[in-house]
Formats: sequence, structure tokens, C-alpha cells
Amino acid sequence: MSEQGTATSRRSLMSAEEIRRALSRMAHEIVERNGGIEHVVLVGIHTRGVPLARRIARLISEFEERPVTVGGLDVTFYRDDHQSRVKLPAGPSDMPFDVEGRAVVLVDDVLYTGRSVRAAMDALRDYGRPRMIQLAVLIDRGHRELPIRADYVGKNVPTARAEVVEVKVSEVDGRDEVVLDKPAG
Amino acid sequence: MTATERPPAVTAQVQAPPDGVRPFWRGRKHILDLDDWQPGEIVQVLDTAIAMKQILARPVKKVPTLRGKTIVTAFYESSTRTRISFEVAAKVMSADAVNMTASTSSATKGESLRDTVHTLRAIGADIIVMRHPQSGAPWVVAEQVGASIINGGDGWHAHPTQALLDLYTMRERLGRIKGLQVTILGDVLHSRVARSNIWGLSLMGADVTVCGPPTLLPRDWVTAPERLPWKLRVEERIEPALEGADVVMALRLQSERQHSGLIPSVREYCKLYALNSERLAMANPGALVMHPGPMNEGVEIAPDVAHGVQSVIEEQVTNGVAIRMALLYLLSGGTARLDGE
Repeated sequence: MSEQGTATSRRSLMSAEEIRRALSRMAHEIVERNGGIEHVVLVGIHTRGVPLARRIARLISEFEERPVTVGGLDVTFYRDDHQSRVKLPAGPSDMPFDVEGRAVVLVDDVLYTGRSVRAAMDALRDYGRPRMIQLAVLIDRGHRELPIRADYVGKNVPTARAEVVEVKVSEVDGRDEVVLDKPAG
Repeated sequence: MTATERPPAVTAQVQAPPDGVRPFWRGRKHILDLDDWQPGEIVQVLDTAIAMKQILARPVKKVPTLRGKTIVTAFYESSTRTRISFEVAAKVMSADAVNMTASTSSATKGESLRDTVHTLRAIGADIIVMRHPQSGAPWVVAEQVGASIINGGDGWHAHPTQALLDLYTMRERLGRIKGLQVTILGDVLHSRVARSNIWGLSLMGADVTVCGPPTLLPRDWVTAPERLPWKLRVEERIEPALEGADVVMALRLQSERQHSGLIPSVREYCKLYALNSERLAMANPGALVMHPGPMNEGVEIAPDVAHGVQSVIEEQVTNGVAIRMALLYLLSGGTARLDGE
């Protein structure tokens, strides 16, 4: 997410409490849709998808009273637009389990063009063949460039392309909040 | 593994960087030497190589990142490690790797370096990795062709990718580079590995000592060290050079230069400068033993040290692939501007 110097107006989309409630609802939906959690693994997409996946996993393990497998995936090297993006150091992927034959729930903070998700699906393929791939996102802001939709959505937010949705999570940013930045003028 | 017992993987990104330097990349076109680099750029390459090394450890060692790119290795001097590791790096990143060896190319028919490189570009090379016996050759080429040039070693001058893999190996094993005592031992005069390492280590804040027979040290390094661009300790005796070292890097005694009268005999050199277990004991306990390869075992390094517990020589080779993947990736475009997700 960018910290642009230009004048922008900011609007809060979700508070910490609203994020907590949304994740809790998504956790229940994941269990319900999959008829339990036995063959399900959660995989967060770097950077902010990873802590969100861990939180959902923690919620599920609390009310299902069993451990939930969770991993993290950095998709930098699978992006089709890496040549036009900033070269941030890629984070490590953390997939210490077999995805073969399991239902993988990808978790990301914002669903926008769909390119990160496509890259994540390609990356997953190099770890094995999941039985099914589902997608959970905290925010769906529209403007898809690929035929991709989310199975679990925290909040749908209609946006303009010029706007920026910033998801802050305490594990990375020190606080929980979702804000919408509108460029001035 | 469960949700409750796993440490959060993301904390690695918010932790303070190990050497107090933030990664930074300004979009370089060529990798020629480290002499005009900033510490942040080195950190960016090392950090990127961590992710690359992880790819190399997977069952499927392939990412699609550089699909459609052509990488040519043009070597006018022999090489095993550098050339093969660039080829492997290119293939793991899904680029097409083509090898041109000067001894079997039109270079033997008298084609100039410039014409050869223009030909490689015309054929469609996006990145040319070149090794050449003449110092400065990659700079000349970089000015003339549109392709990215990576210096795979030029004369006695520079070997930046080797220096980066050495820095990576030190940081991975010792957790930092800043403040390390690094002793570079042997034929410093002819060593491009030593020169690039001195640049990289100095930028990252390590303390470098070079040691070798007076005839194998650059003369002006001994006579006028204050005029050098780095703070360097120069020792002609091995004992004080090894004392307190965290890393000992032995250099190959370049056999092609052994008959030029710079050393009395290989046996004499071996007696005074070979890295053996008694001498290694003078360094810090657990000091890393490194060597850029190829080794003359029994000459500059004793076999039991080369293959001993303190040796990271094989790891250097593995890390070389990861570093070269990182460099190929970073050369493939990208901006210096943050424009959000």
C-alpha cells in the first residue's frame, strides 16, 4: 500500500471491531462450506494475507477445537506484471505441508484485479495438486481483470480505480483498520 | 503444525534489518562491479536471494518469472561454477539460457568482442553474462549494446556476483556482515574475487585484512594504503592476519602465473601461506572457511580444512545459484517508485 505525499481524503471503511466480526463470520462460512476443517488448509498471500489467514485459522481452531493447518505464499515470482512493479524483496513462502488432495483456502487482504490470486494459483500448482482452491478476502473492491471471484468476502466496497484501499493489520502495521484514500481533486 | 504453535512468518519483514541497512533497488541495467553500489542495493540482492534459495529447496524448482527472456553466457575464459550456476539460475526462472564459449565461436576466426556482442544482441539476448581476460571489457560492451551486461569476471579486476554470493554466505551463517573480521589470504594481486569482495565488505561495514607474499600483493596497497578507497589492513605474515578472524577466505594460487618468478616455489608458498588446521586455529573459534574455487588442495588450502566442519565452500556454490537468480530477476525491469498493490 502506498504512502503518497499528495493530498488525499481518507475515509475509514472498517474498524478493528468490524474486521474481527467479518473474519469470525468468514471462519464459520469456511467450516460450513467444507463440512468441517479436516481436509482444509489456509494459505495466506504475502504480505497481509498471511496474518489474516492465521487469525481465521485461530478462530476456526477455537470453535472446532482442533488444529488448523496454515501457510503463507509469496507470489512475487509468479506475477505477470513483475516487470512494471517495484522490486520489493520477496518474502519467504512457508508451506510445510502437502497440498495434494486438500481444499486450499487462499486468503488475501484486498481483491482487486485478480492478478495476485492468479499468481497464487500458479504458485500453488508447484507445491502439488489441491482437490479444490477457494478464495477468502477481507475486501472486494471490484475492477477485476481476470475471471476470478471470491468464495468468502469480509466486505464489498465499490471503489474508483484512482482510489486506494489500505488494509492495516496489527501484526504488520501495528493496528487494525481499513481505509479508503481518495486522491484530491 | 497448528495455528496456535506456529510463529507468524511475517515478523521477519518488520524486524530490523541485520546490518541496519534497508533494502533498496534503483533499477540497474548492468551488474559490472560493486564499486558504485550503495549498501541498500547489496541488501536488496541478498534478501531477494533468500526467497530464491527457498525455490531451489522445493521439489518443483521452477518459477515462470523470466519466461521469454534469453540469457547468453559468453565466456572468453574457462569457468565451471560461474557459467553453470548462471545457466541453472536462468532455467529455474524459466528463461532460455544459451552458452557461447569463445574457444568454439567465431572469436577464433578473429571476430572482435564488440562484433560478437552485437551479434548476440541481434540474435535476441536480453542479458549477456560475460567473462573476459581483459579488465574493463564488460564496461566497453555495456556502452555499446542494448542488452543488460553482467560481469562474470574480467581480468584481475572484478567479479561482483562472486562477492555477492560470499556476502550472502557470511550473512546467512553469521547473521550479519557489519563488524566481521574477514581475512583474504593468498594471491591477492591477480584476484578479481578479492577486489570485488573488498568493495562489498567495505560497503557493508566489515573489517578486511588481506595477506599474502609481498610479490602477490598489489604494490601500492603496501606502500600507500592511505590512498586506497577502502580501509584495509595489509599483512605479509599469516599469523597476525588470522588472529581474530571471523571469516578466512583462501584464494587460488593462480598456477598460470606461478612460473613468472613471483614466488620462489609452490612448496615455499605452501609452507608460509597455506591454510592448514594449525593456522585456522589462530582464527576465532568457528570461523568460516571460504574459497571461491577452483581449489588447489594441498597448495593454498589443506584438504582437511577445505572439507572440514568450518568449511562453507560447497554452500558458496549453492548460494551462487540463488544470488544469480536474484540478479537476473532484479535486472528484468521494475521501477524505483512505490505505487501500491
